[in-house]
Amino acid sequence: MSDDELNLSPAQLDALKEIGNVGAGNSATALSQIINRRIDMNVPRVDLVPLEAVPDLVGGPDAIVVGIFLRVYGKAPSNILFLLPQKSAFYLVDKLMGRKHGETAKLDFMDESALMEIGNILTGAYLNAFFTFTKLTMLPSIPALAMDMAGAILNVVLVQLGQMGDQALVIETEFLSEDDGISGQFFLVPDPGSLETIISAVGVE
Amino acid sequence: MPELIRVGMADYKVGKAPATLISYGLGSCIGVSLYDPQLKIGGLLHIMLPDSKQARSSDNPAKFADTGLPLMLEDVLKLGASRSRLVAKIAGGAQMFAFANATDIMRVGARNAEAITKLLQEEHIPLKAQDVGGTYGRTVSIDLNTGLYTVRTIAKGEKQI
Repeated sequence: MSDDELNLSPAQLDALKEIGNVGAGNSATALSQIINRRIDMNVPRVDLVPLEAVPDLVGGPDAIVVGIFLRVYGKAPSNILFLLPQKSAFYLVDKLMGRKHGETAKLDFMDESALMEIGNILTGAYLNAFFTFTKLTMLPSIPALAMDMAGAILNVVLVQLGQMGDQALVIETEFLSEDDGISGQFFLVPDPGSLETIISAVGVE
Repeated sequence: MPELIRVGMADYKVGKAPATLISYGLGSCIGVSLYDPQLKIGGLLHIMLPDSKQARSSDNPAKFADTGLPLMLEDVLKLGASRSRLVAKIAGGAQMFAFANATDIMRVGARNAEAITKLLQEEHIPLKAQDVGGTYGRTVSIDLNTGLYTVRTIAKGEKQI
């Protein structure tokens, strides 16, 4: 990423934030209907972050998280990563599988599959909003899941950006369920070349 | 308490006993240690990518194997380490998500390991131990008192190499 690509105007940053907002709003609604709980979300953060600082956004590089990763193909290739602290992921699985709160202590194959499906649904809802704003068709890959150190999981996204520059543009939204049992972070990280495409599709100077 | 020096991603640190150098949460990244066992001087480098020539310009040479290793080597020697006594250990290089059609970028862990192994050979620094590959994250540290390189994982516990 060259320096001039990184100089987004305040209006462009606002446009990206709005896309993130509506996308995450759609996702939050979908998630809330699935688990029958109100889901709150914060105002999305749109930020250029030095690569090495990204793990600190999710509680530090050695925090244990569950990451659901989807590659997005189309005119503006991107990565989507939905990160949940381990405990949140377990609570979410309790809900999805009809178990008692706190019963899940590890993820079996079916649990992982359920979480990946959540990743699918959230991503679909998010990309729908994205299409409404940009008219860019974005097709997600099948999801992949890992439970591990946050830094290690983020590596997947960061190495691609690392080839092009030293910073990541992240559009990040935090989810929180009403009983505070489930929280998660949804990241859309456009490939460096995709940023221009997205910005020009939004049509904001 | 001996000093614990944190090495961030795309960064390196050098030091002397009794310090320990540590880097958290490596996925496809690799932690490369150099160590002079007699003077107990060493360094730890956390690389992300194999080759700076395949990337666009970067302000940070420590991000790449080919530009990071010479930098750390120079600083370890500046601290007084003897080049002929230096030994290397590496860990990391995982593939965190297994996709059927893994692209080059998905395999970056393996390419990192190949690159750093070759560079160490070219510099005639013996690679004394390694723990690379797999599908899991690692936290790595080198105790400069003993030269022991500790690899901590969530699924497979802790081991020293």
